[in-house]
Amino acid sequence: MEPFFTRFKNVLVLVAVLLAQTIALAIQVRRPVESGAPDGSKVTLIRYWVVATVTPLERFFLGIGHNVRGGWDNYVDLRHTRQHNHDLQQEIARLRLEHAALAEDAIQGHRLQALLDFQQHYVATTVAAQVIGTSGSDLSHVLYIDKGSKDGLKTDQAVITPDGIVGKLRDVFPHTSQVLLINDQTSGAGVLLATTRIRAILRGSVTGHIQITNLTSDSRIKPGETVLTSGGDQIYPRGLNVGTIESIAPDPDHQPYTIIQLHPAANLFQLEEVLVITGTQSELPVQAKKDLAVGAATAEAQAEAARVAAAEAAAEAAAKSAAQIVADRLPSLHDPNNPEPDDKTAPGTTPAAKVGGVVPRPLPTLRPDRYTPGSTPSAASLKPGGENSTGGNPESNTGNPPASTTNPPPPAAPRKAPTPTTPQPESQPN
Amino acid sequence: MAIHSYTSRRELEQHTFPPAVTLLVPIAAILLQSLLPKPFPRLAILDLPLIVTIFFAVSRRNPVAGTLTGAAIGLLQDALTNQPIGVNGMAKSVIGYIAASIGIQVDVENLSTRLIINFGFSILNSFLLFLINHRLLGLPGSHIFWVHELIRAAVNTVVAIPIFLLLDHSKRAD
Repeated sequence: MEPFFTRFKNVLVLVAVLLAQTIALAIQVRRPVESGAPDGSKVTLIRYWVVATVTPLERFFLGIGHNVRGGWDNYVDLRHTRQHNHDLQQEIARLRLEHAALAEDAIQGHRLQALLDFQQHYVATTVAAQVIGTSGSDLSHVLYIDKGSKDGLKTDQAVITPDGIVGKLRDVFPHTSQVLLINDQTSGAGVLLATTRIRAILRGSVTGHIQITNLTSDSRIKPGETVLTSGGDQIYPRGLNVGTIESIAPDPDHQPYTIIQLHPAANLFQLEEVLVITGTQSELPVQAKKDLAVGAATAEAQAEAARVAAAEAAAEAAAKSAAQIVADRLPSLHDPNNPEPDDKTAPGTTPAAKVGGVVPRPLPTLRPDRYTPGSTPSAASLKPGGENSTGGNPESNTGNPPASTTNPPPPAAPRKAPTPTTPQPESQPN
Repeated sequence: MAIHSYTSRRELEQHTFPPAVTLLVPIAAILLQSLLPKPFPRLAILDLPLIVTIFFAVSRRNPVAGTLTGAAIGLLQDALTNQPIGVNGMAKSVIGYIAASIGIQVDVENLSTRLIINFGFSILNSFLLFLINHRLLGLPGSHIFWVHELIRAAVNTVVAIPIFLLLDHSKRAD
């Protein structure tokens, strides 16, 4: 027997190694196999050893990369930061308005849900984690994150980003966890088409796409429709964004079903940080309630401001209308062929000059003569044959001519040429 | 009494490696394979552990060592995925064995030979993985996309050549 083993030593070693691994595979792949289920304790132990060896190195290299990139991004590459900040401020303002508009509907929705005794699960607590590595194989879509059971994570907890769902925790180690992405072929999730409200099951494919394969052809389902989580799988809370329908095609292997391919909302191929949902509750979280209240208050303030603006506009319209009525009743003060400018007054013009269409007073003359309005003394002061000089009228010097000067001044009295005259004030008593 | 012959190719050109290289190079390959697809998702098409397996197998020219090296590297690779442990282990055990057996017969220092064996073993690895997943594990929806696998083989071959040249410096003649 010894020569046999010596002669076929190489082949025998190969067969022994393959046999051992085949038995190991058979032990791991027990029926029925639950899709995406965690491993048994012995397999987890082997994975734990390997992960415990590899992940510290991954953390180390990732830390170096992070520091270099952080230094570049935060201290060197700051171009367009102001513009970006300005854009973000504008977006925040826009989102605030949108939020305020939706808050009323949300509050009403919650009230109706309470009336119907509808059980809703809201995301209550999350743990932020950083992606530190991948499986390294395009046949296995898993990620490793830097949080584990010491941080309160457990298997089958949902992993999301603000954009949409990412996957679920498959294996949890003390300081690391393995995330099974939704585009892995062993992954699945209960989903709901947002417009048609059709429920379906989402699965990953060998090629790394996410698709729905359990629906028959339906003309209501169109590309571009949003797909949300349905909450039926007890892993992903209801209403989280999954993606949008990219294409619909008949399934050649399973007629009459269709393959509905989705574009994932979260970028599954370049994830940096994720959120692990560690708790849900049937009521809205406190912060969300506060946000909702702020939104409702903003909506109320907007409505009040709109009401005030409307009232002011109405009052202004009414005032204009009254002015128009007065103007219509006094047609003589307005020349329809030569309308006055609205309310633009020339600089230095007093408003009194316009009121009621009063004929403006002439400006006081600098060098009054006998033709100057008001320079003629009153008839009462005239003496037949007396000295009626018009040279120096004190009134004209005061700049205060009589108010009613619409009539032309009376003709000047004939002068006696040879008689020398002296200025005599108009008010001088006779 | 056994007759010792030193004229065979295997005995003349067998190489060994320092223990540090034997241990660290596969770990570095697995680590890089895990890290690179994060910033560059398209690099998931690479299979650095496969390249290292082929290199050690053809350099040692010992089928037993090739089998065990392939099994160890494959099992480590499996432990980081969500697949059952043993899928890559079995595939790389077979590749390690065949590569070492070829290394006895063929001059693997030649650049052309290196191109051919890397391309061929990459295709073989894809085929073995498909067989294990489809036939042994019965995974639904297992398909082999030949165009994709040919691209993968070409990329692995291009990357393997400089890695082989680099690792040649760590060889020790027996």
